Amino acid sequence: MIKKLLIANRGEIALRILRACKDLGIKTVAVHSEVDRDLMHVRLADESVCIGPADSRESYLLPSSIISAAEITNADAIHPGFGFLSENSDFAEQVTQSNFIFVGPRSETIKLMGDKILAKKAMNDVGITGIPGSKGQVSKDISENKKIAKEVGYPVLVKAAHGGGGRGMRTVEKEEDLEEAIKLTKNEAKLAFGNDTVFIEKFLQKPRHIEFQVLCDNFGNAICLGERDCSMQRKHQKVIEEAPAPEITHEIREKMSKLVTDACKEINYIGAGTFEFLYQDGEFYFIEMNTRIQVEHPVTEMITGIDIVRQQLLIASGQKVGYTQDQVEIRGHAIECRINAENSETFIPCPGTIDQFHAPGGPGVRMDTHIYNGYRVPPNYDSMIGKLISYGNNRDAAIRRMSNALNEIVIGGIETNINLQKKLILDDEFQKGGFSINYLENKFKKENGSK
Amino acid sequence: MDIRKVKKLMEMLEESSLGEMEIIEGEESIRLSKSSNIPTQNLVNQIPLPASIETSKSQEVSQSMNEVEEVAENISGHEIKSPMVGTFYEAPSPGSKPFVSVGDVVKVGDTLCIIEAMKMLNQIESDKSGVIKAIIAENAQPVEFNQVLFIIE
Repeated sequence: MIKKLLIANRGEIALRILRACKDLGIKTVAVHSEVDRDLMHVRLADESVCIGPADSRESYLLPSSIISAAEITNADAIHPGFGFLSENSDFAEQVTQSNFIFVGPRSETIKLMGDKILAKKAMNDVGITGIPGSKGQVSKDISENKKIAKEVGYPVLVKAAHGGGGRGMRTVEKEEDLEEAIKLTKNEAKLAFGNDTVFIEKFLQKPRHIEFQVLCDNFGNAICLGERDCSMQRKHQKVIEEAPAPEITHEIREKMSKLVTDACKEINYIGAGTFEFLYQDGEFYFIEMNTRIQVEHPVTEMITGIDIVRQQLLIASGQKVGYTQDQVEIRGHAIECRINAENSETFIPCPGTIDQFHAPGGPGVRMDTHIYNGYRVPPNYDSMIGKLISYGNNRDAAIRRMSNALNEIVIGGIETNINLQKKLILDDEFQKGGFSINYLENKFKKENGSK
Repeated sequence: MDIRKVKKLMEMLEESSLGEMEIIEGEESIRLSKSSNIPTQNLVNQIPLPASIETSKSQEVSQSMNEVEEVAENISGHEIKSPMVGTFYEAPSPGSKPFVSVGDVVKVGDTLCIIEAMKMLNQIESDKSGVIKAIIAENAQPVEFNQVLFIIE
């Protein structure tokens, strides 16, 4: 069993990992940048090490600072959380080469899934089809590319192979725009990801974002914890997530469960992971696999009763996944609203000091956050300051509880997106369920248009 | 070191009005200090600030970061801070002469110490010319980012 774990992250997820460690009696080391000394998990950790200045590139994103901190504190393992270095295969490799346990899959797996073209091909080989498009990266010959795009059918998407999370993509409506779109996307990809490999995919008009959670151990066991619907998005960033996905039947879930768990066994996946799909007209199209714990993991925890972060730690300690597939039961419905320190209308980030905080609670209400009265939200990191999760016996009950929780929560001193979340929970299309990933942006366009 | 002895020393310190004590017995030494109470706001009053670094490398019992800062604050001068996380070494190799001692004159660019990180020895150079007034960091002890190492005047 891991004895001492270094949490290589900050904010809400760092606190989540700390809580799982305390649950298991694992000692904790919190690493933090200079401006993060007062993070709640830093205060609660057994030991803490300042690893660099506020700039992530010199702290949270610097492998040497994190591994050094593990060395001087004699930690056994490092949990990367999400974002930062969690999907950096070089970091994973350095961690294991330095004789620490990396809580996550092997670095080769992270590398494979980090290249969207290779990942698509690997998944295709095990029967998980992706969106129709170019077989590999775009050709140097523009007429070749035009041929592929024509076959696939416009509009098409030019995508960066090393992008992800919605970044590094450009839509092309007609053939005349293809050449320039490829050039621009290549340039952007080089700047943002250090690699200009791009490929072409069909642009789906009204897909839903449905993803499947898996847990795998080092003994060849793989289970699926069901799916999540994350279609409520703004600029490719998830705003609301829920589980299970509306309209997905037990049969569909079983079929997809088998597909993704078989794939995991095929690629020797270890740990927690998520297969992301676009779902349109009854078809699932694979887009990417996230080889880490995800922000929205709580909704799956609520409907299955399984502590996913705890399972990550147990698996990393060399134990078997704690449940067989038969033991996984989906019960009730859960919804998560991301709480961001930003203006509800302009979305401009709003760092500052929180001078009033009241978290809602009660049956079926879970608040995952690191904030407290007096906490200063720094301007240097992303604006998510917490997650509000509701659970009910069915979707309507979960919606009602979320609405009540949103009315009860108080965060004063900074601006937050709570007002937006309140509106969205009461939105007609949201209440109906099954809306596409374009819904929210179209809704904003309509509202701005009518102003 | 005999754990019962350590426990007895801890009790003695607790009961006394001393802030810290250091006892050296031949090859062994132990230093104990009471951590100061830093007032924090509102809800978080009850949660004590944790010891910044605790290692099994030495016999020392929890040296609090605040205490090191207090020592550094009492001495005026330019602070040389650690640019990285690692282990501080005062000399190029065990047993050899330290790079600098208190009273030495140093120029910008002179090597003051080594910080070992991930099996690599990094030479830390002075960014100021002057006289070494104090050596705050301790040999073979871990240091974090921006921890005060030397005071130069």
